[in-house]
Amino acid sequence: MNMTTPGAASPRPVKLSCHNLWKVFGPNAEQFLASHGGKVTTADLERAHLVGAVRNASIEVREGETFIIMGLSGSGKSTLVRCLSRLIEPTAGELTVDGQDLLKATEAELIDIRRHKMGMVFQHFALLPHLNVLDNVAFPLLIQGVDRKTREERAMQMIELVSLKGRERRFPAELSGGQQQRVGIARSLAVEPEIWFLDEPFSALDPLIRREMQAELIRLQNVLKKTIVFITHDFDEAIRLADRIAIMKDGAIIQIGKPEEVVSNPATDYVAKFTQDVNRARVLSAAGIMLPASPGASCLRRVKAVAKIESFAAEIVESATPFAVEDAAGVIIGEVTPRDVINVLTGKGRGAEA
Amino acid sequence: MTDVTASPAPGLRKAENLGQYMVPLTIVAAVTIFLLRDRLPSLNTYPDAAIIPFKDWVGAVMSWMKVNLTWFTRSLAAMMDVPLRFAFNLLAKGFKLGNGPEATMLPRLSWLGVVGVMGWLGYIYGGWRLALLCGGGFFALALFGVWNNAMLTLALIVICVPFCVITGLLVGIWSYRSPRFDGWLITPALDLMQTIPTFAYLIPMLLLYGASPVSALLATGLFATPPMVRATLLGLNKVPSEIKDFADMAGCTRRQKLWRVLIPSAKPSLMIGVNQVIMLALNMVIISSMIGAGGLGYDVLLALRALKIGQAMEAGLAIVIIAIVLDRLSQAIAHRQPAIAIAEGTWARHGNLIIAVGLLALTTIFALFIPALATFPKSLTLTTAPWWKAGVDWLTLHMFDAIEAVRVFVLLYFLNPMRAGFESLPWLGVLLVVVALGWRLGGWRLALLVGLLGFFAAASGLWVPAMQTLYLAGAATLVACIIGIPLGIWASRSDRVQSVVMPIIDTLQTIPMFCIIIPVVMLFRVGDVTALIATVAFAIVPAVRYTNHGLRQVPSHLVEAGQVAGCTRWQLFRHVQLPVAMPEIMLGINQTILLALSMIIICAMVGTRDLGQEIFKALAKADSGRGIVAGLVIAFIGIIADRLITAWVNKRKMRGGLT
Repeated sequence: MNMTTPGAASPRPVKLSCHNLWKVFGPNAEQFLASHGGKVTTADLERAHLVGAVRNASIEVREGETFIIMGLSGSGKSTLVRCLSRLIEPTAGELTVDGQDLLKATEAELIDIRRHKMGMVFQHFALLPHLNVLDNVAFPLLIQGVDRKTREERAMQMIELVSLKGRERRFPAELSGGQQQRVGIARSLAVEPEIWFLDEPFSALDPLIRREMQAELIRLQNVLKKTIVFITHDFDEAIRLADRIAIMKDGAIIQIGKPEEVVSNPATDYVAKFTQDVNRARVLSAAGIMLPASPGASCLRRVKAVAKIESFAAEIVESATPFAVEDAAGVIIGEVTPRDVINVLTGKGRGAEA
Repeated sequence: MTDVTASPAPGLRKAENLGQYMVPLTIVAAVTIFLLRDRLPSLNTYPDAAIIPFKDWVGAVMSWMKVNLTWFTRSLAAMMDVPLRFAFNLLAKGFKLGNGPEATMLPRLSWLGVVGVMGWLGYIYGGWRLALLCGGGFFALALFGVWNNAMLTLALIVICVPFCVITGLLVGIWSYRSPRFDGWLITPALDLMQTIPTFAYLIPMLLLYGASPVSALLATGLFATPPMVRATLLGLNKVPSEIKDFADMAGCTRRQKLWRVLIPSAKPSLMIGVNQVIMLALNMVIISSMIGAGGLGYDVLLALRALKIGQAMEAGLAIVIIAIVLDRLSQAIAHRQPAIAIAEGTWARHGNLIIAVGLLALTTIFALFIPALATFPKSLTLTTAPWWKAGVDWLTLHMFDAIEAVRVFVLLYFLNPMRAGFESLPWLGVLLVVVALGWRLGGWRLALLVGLLGFFAAASGLWVPAMQTLYLAGAATLVACIIGIPLGIWASRSDRVQSVVMPIIDTLQTIPMFCIIIPVVMLFRVGDVTALIATVAFAIVPAVRYTNHGLRQVPSHLVEAGQVAGCTRWQLFRHVQLPVAMPEIMLGINQTILLALSMIIICAMVGTRDLGQEIFKALAKADSGRGIVAGLVIAFIGIIADRLITAWVNKRKMRGGLT
């Protein structure tokens, strides 16, 4: 709404947003929050024997954006995503989908919104054990009353989309973890949701399968362009997939930004610790480390502002001369020196100084 | 007793210290009361003047119900009678159309058809072995000439089980949806219903409905429903929260969520419930033969009363056959994995049903022309009764001295002293110790509960019979544990032993209580020793099972840690496996106590003198007040034992961080 990203031509509309959202567990949590206004500290809550699972969270997710909520276990990320879908009733705050106040929706409206606008993928797949793959994927359509032929056709398309064709008559127990999650993904997509919640979808998979599924998700998102809210505890995964990342700790969001911003400019020491072992060359772009162009200097090559350092690191180090950085229109906006690139590669980049 | 780093408030510590001495103090008090029994007789023997007439109250309520609720009970009976009569006719009696001499008889289902369908069901759900067991078992019923009565028993079960399952499912769903309703009404009611002895169910039914199959059906329904409620509740609660979330996210309505997601996901637990319902129903249908259920149970009852061991054994075996077949078949159905169904169409979906119905119809139609298909030819039946009788005769002739010596020895040196001890326990002393234990293990709430329940036993004037029951149940529990726990330990340490012991245990568990008595009576005649042996045989099952299971589920990393620390096998067992498995073993002992209590009551049939005899007499006189109060006292003894042990286990688990 009012948040305009500089540089972006026309910001896409906000799809899902929450403002000052609280989820507090314990007796009389609502009155407690109301009486304290918005200013409640952890100590206040503790004194009142309450647990603040989500504290004053505000996010805006734009259409087609992959928004990642990252935090360690117990940070409240799962509670937050369940508040966003109203699986858990927030204690206080605002929650809107397409500008509609979700907290005011009646049970029937909520059912309608979930049936048509939302899809969710679960950490432990949550497949129905008594249905085969086809029936599992078709299940959301079944409960909407879609006729058998239509829903099975649609389900088959989804099964093909996640490359499980030929296994549609299997039962969940007969599939590997990765395959089960593909079923979960197909099922959540069967109703063509606009907002796609993924709750740690790859955390229960082993590392190789996880990478494969991440690539699969990127491929799907390139085709589908959903609005994604993705929960993870894996910072590398967040950086790999995110348009923007929100980092949570103890129920509060401590930083929201693009992966590059988070890495180069961590808001707190806590965030900085996550960024320590990140391969910066893969995250930071030329624009992230460029200096003002020195007048008259001759640059051998030009690189795009958005190009990741990794993509030209070998070249620039070899050539030992600065590269010019140009924006999308081809105008030179700065330069990158080999020295700075080497600093990034060896972990002494600007991100670390900040 | 706990090493808390932060020192508790002084008041709290004082209470803790006091708590430590509470139980010993009350024991001292109890002994004192006993020693002063001449001075304080009313503290030892509950004074007659102070007896609260619960019996009369309950009796009054029941007579009021009999007078004023007849319209209700009558119409319920009429309603239940329709399906029951249909099942009786279909399986055993045949349909009679019209009246008088012109009446035409439609035949019952042919025995061959029923045997064939059982075999076919066995084949579908468990392959050839199960087919052989089911078909063969039912064929044996025909072969031994007990087909008619077996089908009467089966008809009762066939009508009763769906009724119990549906009721249990609905009540379970209701209490899942409203935890308050569950906590205040359902769980306590289930606890009570499952500890009230089977006999006690018969009395009000007898009073309200007279001796008829309908009252047997209702008593069976009441008795067999609780496990279904529990299984439903457990199954629904066990559905992973993610699946519940998924149902909401998919936009299920409440009804869709329940019937399309929760119930199917809980199916394994529900099927275990169905299996339990079937087994309990069979058990109860047999016992209900006392109030007119008829069937195999009645055969056993008649034969036992006349001490015709051969006939009793034969009918008992038939019951055991039905029990084993139904148990294995329902378990196989419960454990069946959904198969990959590639074929489409009517045949693929209903083929098995078509085959089964066709089999029944064909054989029954043929039976119209071939009498041997209608009734198993008498000339082909075998009767095993003479063999059993000959066996017993041989045993009495050759082994009488040995058996008698065992019997007298156990009676003189174990049972009689124990009985004398229990009978002279001072009621107030026992009550004090129980309350102190309750307070120590579960705080004032538990203390209050066990105190009130215990007081009921004393105030109802049934203290002495209650102690007699406690003595027999206690003796049986003791023996069951002394045999069962080492057996469980042994089984847990060797797969080979387990593979021998567990099937025996499983079979023992499927045998209805009534039938266990028969062979014991053959050898030891009536009396406390028979009751003890039969009870031990029945109650030993959980002691073995839980011990084995508890020891086997000790986490392997704990065992490895012990091994790395250099434990010997004995040290490993003593310091690692046993302590970790202890809560599970205690749960087994808890179950053993409950089973022993219920079996002891059945043993009133073989002449024990205790609460069971009290109920048995009440049943004979249709004295509902007396019978129900005695039943409640037994239930309360069971609940006290159960609550104290459970509280101990929970405390222990919490301390071990094993919850």
